[in-house]
Amino acid sequence: MTNTPLSAPPAAPGHTAAGGNPVKRFLSATEIDTRLLGMLAALLLIWGGFHLYGAIVNGNGAFLTPRNLWNLSVQTSSIGIMATGMVLVIITRNIDLSVGSLIGVTGMTMGILQVDILPPILGLGHWSIWIITCVVGISLGALIGAFHGWLIAYRGIPSFIVTLGGLMVWRGMAFIANGGKTISPVDSTFALLGGGPGGNVGATGSWIVGLLACAGVIWLLVNGRRQRIKHEFPLRPMWAEATLGAIGCGAILGAVVLMNAYPLPRGILRQMNLPDDAFVSHGFAIPVLIMIAVGIGMTILMTRTRFGRYVFAIGGNPEAAALAGINTRWMTLKIFALMGALSGLAAIIASARLNSATNALGTLDELYVIAAAVIGGTSLAGGVGTIYGAILGALVMQSLQSGMVLIGFDAAIQRIVVGVVLVLAVYLDNLYRARTK
Amino acid sequence: MTTNKGTPLVEMRDISISFGGIKAVDHVSIDLHPGEVVGLLGHNGAGKSTLIKCLSGAYQKDSGEIYVNGQRAEINNPRDARDYNIETIYQTLALADNLDAASNLFLGRELVTAAGFVDDAQMEAETRKIMARLNPNFRKFNVPVSALSGGQRQSVAIARAVYFNAKILIMDEPTAALGPQETQMVAELIQELKRQGLGIFLIEHDIHAVMDLCDRAVVMKNGQRVGTVNVNEVTDDDILGMIIMGKKPAKAY
Repeated sequence: MTNTPLSAPPAAPGHTAAGGNPVKRFLSATEIDTRLLGMLAALLLIWGGFHLYGAIVNGNGAFLTPRNLWNLSVQTSSIGIMATGMVLVIITRNIDLSVGSLIGVTGMTMGILQVDILPPILGLGHWSIWIITCVVGISLGALIGAFHGWLIAYRGIPSFIVTLGGLMVWRGMAFIANGGKTISPVDSTFALLGGGPGGNVGATGSWIVGLLACAGVIWLLVNGRRQRIKHEFPLRPMWAEATLGAIGCGAILGAVVLMNAYPLPRGILRQMNLPDDAFVSHGFAIPVLIMIAVGIGMTILMTRTRFGRYVFAIGGNPEAAALAGINTRWMTLKIFALMGALSGLAAIIASARLNSATNALGTLDELYVIAAAVIGGTSLAGGVGTIYGAILGALVMQSLQSGMVLIGFDAAIQRIVVGVVLVLAVYLDNLYRARTK
Repeated sequence: MTTNKGTPLVEMRDISISFGGIKAVDHVSIDLHPGEVVGLLGHNGAGKSTLIKCLSGAYQKDSGEIYVNGQRAEINNPRDARDYNIETIYQTLALADNLDAASNLFLGRELVTAAGFVDDAQMEAETRKIMARLNPNFRKFNVPVSALSGGQRQSVAIARAVYFNAKILIMDEPTAALGPQETQMVAELIQELKRQGLGIFLIEHDIHAVMDLCDRAVVMKNGQRVGTVNVNEVTDDDILGMIIMGKKPAKAY
């Protein structure tokens, strides 16, 4: 502390009573991010739209069914995981165009490792194969990302160019690695990570996950309130805290019910020696749980650690960050390494889900990942972005994609719609920011 | 009033730095004593800011030596400078616009909890405490500093220097972006800090501010030191003559 006797007592922080209509008062009291609400509304609009279109035009509303939503959650995982890393890259005013090719090269490497290299050494189906494979895949991704980061930070090559080069180089490497041949099937334990048959935690497991998550939500609210009391900051009204808790827990338990409402198909039941009419829930798929864990981990990283603070500072004012003693180059290298590691993780999920490794794995993913981050509110001007936004953005992108497949739009139309939505989303975001400024 | 006795707080000896063949600072020596305000004057491009950035760690000098409290100091980056209790308030304010006041105040020196996580609540509380003294009207604790006025931003920058117990304060045109009232606030703060025994380097264009606030003035021109004067022994015309024509009055050294 300082010893500057500059008069004037500390002003008591007065709670400014928000006037206006009940909606405004509610939002102000609960401190809910209105942008988040907007995204959720857009998501519900997309979901409802596809469902109604299917119901009216095709006579079969297939979107809002447990089965489709379960699939949607699995399909979102790999893009969602990478989007959390892309947020950091874009916040610091960089871009990473190479993530799709990184998926290709790490996926291919893991395929060769677990099918051609490890089984002869350890024996086919050895328990450690999937662990070694995952560690190698994530490490390789991190290493390549770190190399990109080094070129950008220490050699002064713009990230656009470095990763554009990476996009081509690593895709080429993925082809060369196995002469363009697809590797299949992968290790059986590894395959579970993709959410295929058996790659889910079932009804009981889902309830345990859901209840733990609810406990987490309540702990966050209680702890937050305790912190505010300790420092005499304005408190949220008790009803607002209760509402937040109810909404949070309600959403979590709703998701559990939804995931549990999708039963295993007959073929799997027969493999498990169960009668055809047995109802066994899928529950959360493993890749979805991985994505949630990554989302929580990355959120903690961005909001609760010095690393995250420095990421935002570099994005807001790189010069100020450097003058504050932050090693901005080293930070850039670490951010790209993290992006690479997350690409490796996404490659695990993508190849496990296909039960094979192909050199085309992850093609065009970089664009979906960037689009997800940007739709999720990450500003290309730097300094602004959230992890939950990016995951929601990935969900929006994937909803559009799979929704159009479901109602029978062909690939050309799909691209047009996704492209238009991306531009529109960023435009709406600009309008929103201009209004709330 | 001259306080040129005892060991100087800072002594920069024979500092040179050049950029692409141009000598931005050419063998300049200056010193600063506790409780003293030394003004640095000169045209744009005279080398004032460059010289002072060697002290704050933003630039690395090509040659010369820096002594802090008589001890040889190695300053290679802003972190080193902070370790010597040298704090800088930059002309550009050096704030991250997207972060709030507390995050800016503690940038690079965040308070952390026992678990190693940043302690935002504690930092905000500390920020509220110091702002209550520096700028009691300051209320915008939970918005990015981009939403603050020039004066409010300046008080965040000053709070950063004051909070961390600066011994040596560098102010690069601290009032350039401020209105009259806010300028007055900064002037009072400088007097207050001076009374507490800080040494302050003040880079300033406004000759009247220099006459009011500084004990000594160092004038630079084309990267070289024209001379140093005790402000109470000269007139503002003498100083202007030094700045414009490089003319050294008899009292200068």
